[in-house]
This record gives sequence, C-alpha cells and structure tokens, in this order.
Amino acid sequence: MERPTRLGQTAKAVAVVVVVLAVAYPLIGVIGTSFASQTDIIKSSGLVLWPDHPTLDAYRTIFTGGVVTRALFVSVGITVIGTLASLLVTVGMAYGLSRREVTGSRFILMTALFTMLFNAGIIPNFLLVKGLGLYDTYAALVMPTLVSAFNLVVLRSFFMNLPEELYDAAKVDGAGDFRILVRIVLPLSKAVLAVISLFYAVTYWNAFFNSLLYLNDSDKWPLPMVLRTYVLQGQSLNSASAGEVLAPQQAVQMAVLVIAVVPILCVYPFLQRYFTKGVLTGAIKG
Amino acid sequence: MADTAPPLPREKRRKRADEPAPPDGPPVLAPRRLTLGQRIKRDRVMLLLTLPGLLYFVVFHYVPLLGYVVAFQDYQPYLGYMHSVWVGFANFSAAFAEPAFWSATFNTLEIALVQLVFFFPVPIALALLLNSIASDRIRRFVQSVVYLPHFIGWVIIVSIFQQILGGAGVLPDVLGGLGLPRYDMMSDPDAFPWLLTLQVAWKDAGWGTIIILAALLNIDRQQYEAAAIDGAGPRRRLWHVTLPGIAPVLILLLILNLGQILSVGFEQILLQRDAVGPDAGEVLDTYVYYHGIKDNDWGVAAAVGLVKAVIGTALVLGANKFAHRLGHEGVYRGADR
Repeated sequence: MERPTRLGQTAKAVAVVVVVLAVAYPLIGVIGTSFASQTDIIKSSGLVLWPDHPTLDAYRTIFTGGVVTRALFVSVGITVIGTLASLLVTVGMAYGLSRREVTGSRFILMTALFTMLFNAGIIPNFLLVKGLGLYDTYAALVMPTLVSAFNLVVLRSFFMNLPEELYDAAKVDGAGDFRILVRIVLPLSKAVLAVISLFYAVTYWNAFFNSLLYLNDSDKWPLPMVLRTYVLQGQSLNSASAGEVLAPQQAVQMAVLVIAVVPILCVYPFLQRYFTKGVLTGAIKG
Repeated sequence: MADTAPPLPREKRRKRADEPAPPDGPPVLAPRRLTLGQRIKRDRVMLLLTLPGLLYFVVFHYVPLLGYVVAFQDYQPYLGYMHSVWVGFANFSAAFAEPAFWSATFNTLEIALVQLVFFFPVPIALALLLNSIASDRIRRFVQSVVYLPHFIGWVIIVSIFQQILGGAGVLPDVLGGLGLPRYDMMSDPDAFPWLLTLQVAWKDAGWGTIIILAALLNIDRQQYEAAAIDGAGPRRRLWHVTLPGIAPVLILLLILNLGQILSVGFEQILLQRDAVGPDAGEVLDTYVYYHGIKDNDWGVAAAVGLVKAVIGTALVLGANKFAHRLGHEGVYRGADR
C-alpha cells in the first residue's frame, strides 16, 4: 500500500482532536465551574475550564444543604442494593438457562426474550406499581428494572461458552448444579460479572424514569430528580442563613453534576476493556 | 411438490431438533424416556435458580399487559378495573379527535426521522476514523473517551447542554461577544429535533462504534491488499472494500432502528419539553405521561399507549423478520445459539 498523504494525516489528526475535545470540554468545564468563584464565572461565559480562584464553597453549600446529601444516600443505597439484587437474579436465571437440556429452559428463555420486543408502556406499568403497593417506596426504583434481558443474554452466552469439560469433571466429582455455579462458573466469570454490574449500577445511579413516575414524596428522591429540580429547573438550593458566604448558584449546580458523574468516572476505567466483548455478545446473540 | 412425493407415514410425535436421527435397520431398544415430572425433578436446581428471574419477567412485563383494559374503560382509580365502566373504543376516538394527539404523532415521527438521517451515519464515520488510527495507544485512548458519555444519565447531559447552549450559556455568550444575536437553542421549538439529535450523538455515537468496529475487523485484509495492487487509492478502497464489508451490519442496524421509530427517548424529551413548549416538544410517550399520570385521563392515555405499543411491536417484529430475509441474525432468533 502507498504511504498515506500528509493532507489526509492532518485531517485525520484534526478530526480526532475535535472528537476528543467535544467529549472532554463539557466535562472539564463542569468540573472547573464547580470549583469556581463568582469572579471566575463572570469572567467566563458560563463554563470555567480552569478557575483562577478555586474554592470549595459550592461543595460546602451542597453538603450543608441536606437535600443533596440525602439524595446521595438514596442513590448510593438503591445503586448498591439494586445492583446486588439484579446480579443475583440475573446470574441465577442465566445459569439456569445456560444448559439446553434443562426441561422448559427454552420456553423460559423465550418468555424473557420476548420482552425485548414489546414494552407494556407507561400507564399499565404505573397501575401495576400502584397495585403492588410499591408507589412511593424505594422498591419502586429497583423492582421494575430488576433484570435486563440484554444482560441476561450476555451472561448466559458467556456461561454457555465455558468449556463443557469443566462441567463434566465437576459432575464426576459429585458436585451438584449449585455447587458448580458457585465453585466453578462464577470464579471464571469475574470479568463479565464486573461489566454487567457496571451496566446495572449505571441504570440505578441514573434512575430518573422510575423515580419520576413512582415517587411522589420528594424526601425519597434520588440524585437525578434532585438534579432536575435544582439544576435544570433552577430552584435555589440554599436559603442564605445570616453571615454565610453564598457560593455562586452556577458553581453549586455544577458541583451537584460533578457529584453525579464522579462515581461513574471512578469505576469506568477499570471496566472499559471488557465493554467490547459484552456489547458484541449482547448485540449478536441478543 | 407435495403431489409428486409419496405420502410419508405420519409421525406420532414431532421430532425435536436436537434428537439424533433414528438409525436404519431393526429397531434397537429405545432410550428410556423420563416423564415430565422426573425431568423437572432432575433439573430442579437449575429451574429453581431460574424462578426469581422468570417471576420478574412475568410480573413486570406480562402482567401489565392486562392493565391495557383501561384503554377500553372510563377508568376511575377508586373503582378499579372491576367496577369502572366499559366504554368500548370511545377512548380511541377521543384521542384521534384531538389535534394534540396528531401533533404528538407528527413530532415523534419528525424527531425519529431527523435522528435516523443525521445520527445514524455518525457512529459509522466515527468508527471509520477510529479504525484508521494507526497507533494502538491513541486509538484506545480515544475509544475510552468516546464511550464514556454513554454512561452519563440524561438529566446530567441535559444540564450540561443547558450550560453550553442555554440562555446564559457559552454559545449565546460567544455569539453576543461577536456582535451576533444571542441564540438560545434550548428554547427554540424549530431546533428541537436537531437539539435532541445533537445530544444523542454526544451521548451514544462512541458507544455505537463498537458494533461497527467489530464488523470492520471481520473484513479480510487480503481484499485491501488486492485492491491496492489493482491500483485502488484509499478512497476507492473505502468505497469498494470497506463499505461493502460492513454493509450487512449497517443494514441490520438500520432496519432495527426503523422498528424503534415510535420510541424516541422519553427521559431526554420530557426533561426539555417545557423549554420548547408542547407544540414542538410533545411526543407520544410524553403525551401518555401528561394525559394519564398528570391529568388522570387514564383511559385516553392508555389507549394512545396501546396504539403506540401495538404499532411499535409490529414494527420491531417486521423489522426483525426483514433482517432474517436478508440473511442476518435478527433480534431473537440468534438467541439460542
């Protein structure tokens, strides 16, 4: 093949830089603004990339306000509990369906997969959640999205691709189905389990739909609902008590955003290398 | 062909695909068949593990389908399904008579169409760009960056856009600084489909490259070499080798996207509907939400939801079937492989 032209190379490099900046600029801007003081914000056009006078005022406001702290607790709680519950149920189901000779497994699999094709819709789901008595409970944030058919398929095909000999050997040694799962299958599946945990955790962390529909009581709101109220709809988070230094509203809003994004930024790098495989399994087999 | 073939002896029982063909010659002792009860007992651990998941799917995906009876009732929450009055198709005709319903339908289709035409090619272009980066390290870095927004929730993304494009944001400020009018895209009804598309592109263009990159990896390298020897430049190789190579995947994605055409993002739109007003910002999902849950007009909302669900499912099934026709694995058939 001929050597690439210099013009082509330059165009490509520019394109790559533009793409990276398009993603990075808003994120860096949000983080920068959250540390900015009033003068920094006035000087810039709304997003401060690098504050000249960094301050933690915004974060102080958030964590003394109560609202964000409580929402943070709710979000962390439903993320941890929801992810564990989802994992438990998904692992059980994926393993139970991973061997074709199991009676009825095909039918059960189809029952689960067909739900990818239709969605019962907002009203029937709402009536169901009310009917089950889950309205205004934290369970309403977890139960309706407990298992994702996509994750189920990814996990099941991973289990199916484990070498048959492992199962046979374990059986010969007298291990039952459950022991095989716990002792052999799960330890070999750490990577895929990590990715699926991330997918679930992100769903619960970002839970907006469920909380909008099923939570009336604003004391129970998780972070995304609080974000909507105080960042998008611009309600003021802090009523100034006497003598308190008020952080700029914009910085406070950005600080709430940072708190909502940081957990994702923290786990993301460790799991990123497994994405491709997971997504492809789900896309092709799902 | 049924006329020419000799009549075959009818089989007692339909053969299962995984069963070995019966051997020719004298019948041998048939393998011992377990009764259903015995098989369930044998598989009890596996089935028990499956049970909670199955229960979830039945309760949260199948049972709600029954809730659609509300579409045919004048549903009153305090009366419940049992005692609410049946009204036949009155809710449907009420919805169809309402201009707001048609406006929501039109908006849904318009947004979907703009996204299809202007978002669909973005991951493809991005994947081609990523694929052409020679350095492994740079490519991986760019990939980690562009995948990231996929994991950020809509509330956060809309907030960030508000900060950049909204009234007090970066773009109007820059425009104002240049002496141009301060344009606020977030509250411009005409720009709404474009705004949504821009946001979707920011969030998911990177994520969408994964499947296309995989398709690119599957193209035979020898084809490139052969084309190069035949004198094809980079552009011709792109046109004659790369694009045909990933065409099956692209067609599959396109068909599946068409199947989803009535489901444009609920969260994303709901969050921004108020800024542009319902005339531009109402789609079928938000229509159902505001009519049903906000205004307690349950019957009409459920009727619209049902219409949307039926058409949506038909589109997905049709799209999937069409994908099979083209010889690809669709959504659900490949599942058991």
